Amino acid sequence: MRAVVTVIGKDKTGIIAKVSAFLAEKGVNILDISQTILQEYFAMIMLVDMSGANEQLSVLATECREMGEKIGMSIHLQHEEIFNAMHSI
Amino acid sequence: MFNNNDVLETINMVEREHLDIRTITMGISLLPCIRKTADKTASAVYDTVCFKAQNLVNVADELAKEYGLPIVNKRVSVTPASIICAPFAARSAKIGKALDDAAKNLGIDFLGGYSALVHKGMADYEKTFIETIPEVLATTDRLCSSVNIGSSKSGINMDAVKLMGEIVKKTAAATADKDGFGCAKLVVFCNAVEDNPFMAGAFHGIGESDTVINVGVSGPGVVQHAIEAIPEADLTELAEMIKRTAFKITRAGQLVAREAAKRLGAEFGIVDLSLAPTPARGDSVAQILEEMGLECVGTHGTTACLAMLNDAVKKGGVMASSRVGGLSGAFIPVSEDIGMIEAAERGQLTIDKLEAMTAVCSVGLDMIAVPGDTTATTISAIIADEAAIGMINNKTTAVRVIPAPGKGVGDSVDFGGLLGRAPVMPVHNMSSAKFINRGGLIPAPIHSNKN
Repeated sequence: MRAVVTVIGKDKTGIIAKVSAFLAEKGVNILDISQTILQEYFAMIMLVDMSGANEQLSVLATECREMGEKIGMSIHLQHEEIFNAMHSI
Repeated sequence: MFNNNDVLETINMVEREHLDIRTITMGISLLPCIRKTADKTASAVYDTVCFKAQNLVNVADELAKEYGLPIVNKRVSVTPASIICAPFAARSAKIGKALDDAAKNLGIDFLGGYSALVHKGMADYEKTFIETIPEVLATTDRLCSSVNIGSSKSGINMDAVKLMGEIVKKTAAATADKDGFGCAKLVVFCNAVEDNPFMAGAFHGIGESDTVINVGVSGPGVVQHAIEAIPEADLTELAEMIKRTAFKITRAGQLVAREAAKRLGAEFGIVDLSLAPTPARGDSVAQILEEMGLECVGTHGTTACLAMLNDAVKKGGVMASSRVGGLSGAFIPVSEDIGMIEAAERGQLTIDKLEAMTAVCSVGLDMIAVPGDTTATTISAIIADEAAIGMINNKTTAVRVIPAPGKGVGDSVDFGGLLGRAPVMPVHNMSSAKFINRGGLIPAPIHSNKN
């Protein structure tokens, strides 16, 4: 199963490092990373493989949100199907 | 495959534009619960609802986290209770209590289906059942009731219309200490649908299978933002934009509905894409209409804007899912929509204009407070007018009015939470009593004879 991690917030050093270290620790494999600047905000979008994850998606989603709050970013981890459903015919 | 903009658009819809799954509603058939006595039936009803919906809240919460999409309400709808209570109609309140207890045990906010379908005729046991509604709504917290009094196929049962005017008044009186709150849980329908997931009018039709998941998706804010993004667009372009937005929202709903049905061992019923407002700013159907170019909702042009909005929403929804059902369109409950509240307070939005609006949107006169001294026959006449619009136009219409005890024009009632606050709106003061007291059936319209 694949999921999408989105990190949005004011740009600062070490964001990618922190998020990828967290994902590695949880057994989540990063397949693709892209980043863009959205108005004055930094937005990083990662496609990840959850097959080796050591926790359930719903649990990891909550942990990601909590980690985001700690580092002052908005972090979402969502099942990729929601984006496929909404954006492809 | 989606791209980065798609991902950010979805997140923006949730974070800033109030996109949510408004409700996951599990429809449960109570037909297997019918016993000879009220006590035995009540016990079977309680056990069945608690068993079938035991994982509803957990599964919904889990899905909300996995998809990053809030699921606001978890609800249950059941077979119209008048059928279950037929053998012991005078003791129907016992079943109402069992359903309310089950809702509390499950941790769901509303359970719908204390209902009767009397659109062509009203049996004695149904009349007895309907007469229990005021007391039941006054003594329960989460139970919702609805009565279908007309249809395009059968006409309008004016005896039932007369009775319902009285029942609405009695319900208000029985909950006078809470501004007639009981009436907020009572809907009078014409052409009621069997798979509506939204409250207070949800019930599980007898044509449905045993256990079904219906999902209601909302997103007035998303549509409003989509329109804001193209301020110079003409109405053709606007309709196209609304359609595209409705498509995306419905797809999200369908995904959640399918997955919820799978995990709960139920059938996937329908997705109901209804722009259902909440009292929060930016989550309002009135503000969509104003964004289209009206200075204030209720002014001339409102009906045309609403017609276009409702139709574009349906078209986008139908393209997105082959299982679109329920009411699907735009809701215009006055107390639940900040734009409608403000327009009513400014005197721009009247009951007469709202009535015209209901001819082109998906529901009827919804969550409207009227003076406490409004007579039962006037309320019946309001119901009859709405039913006529529904019957002739082959659409669902509903009336959920609150004759707020002791209140008059200039006052307002506040129900709090999603039900919001409603300014008391004036009604016509000339009598309709003779018309209502005639009783009988308004025959079905000529276009119902299609066989």
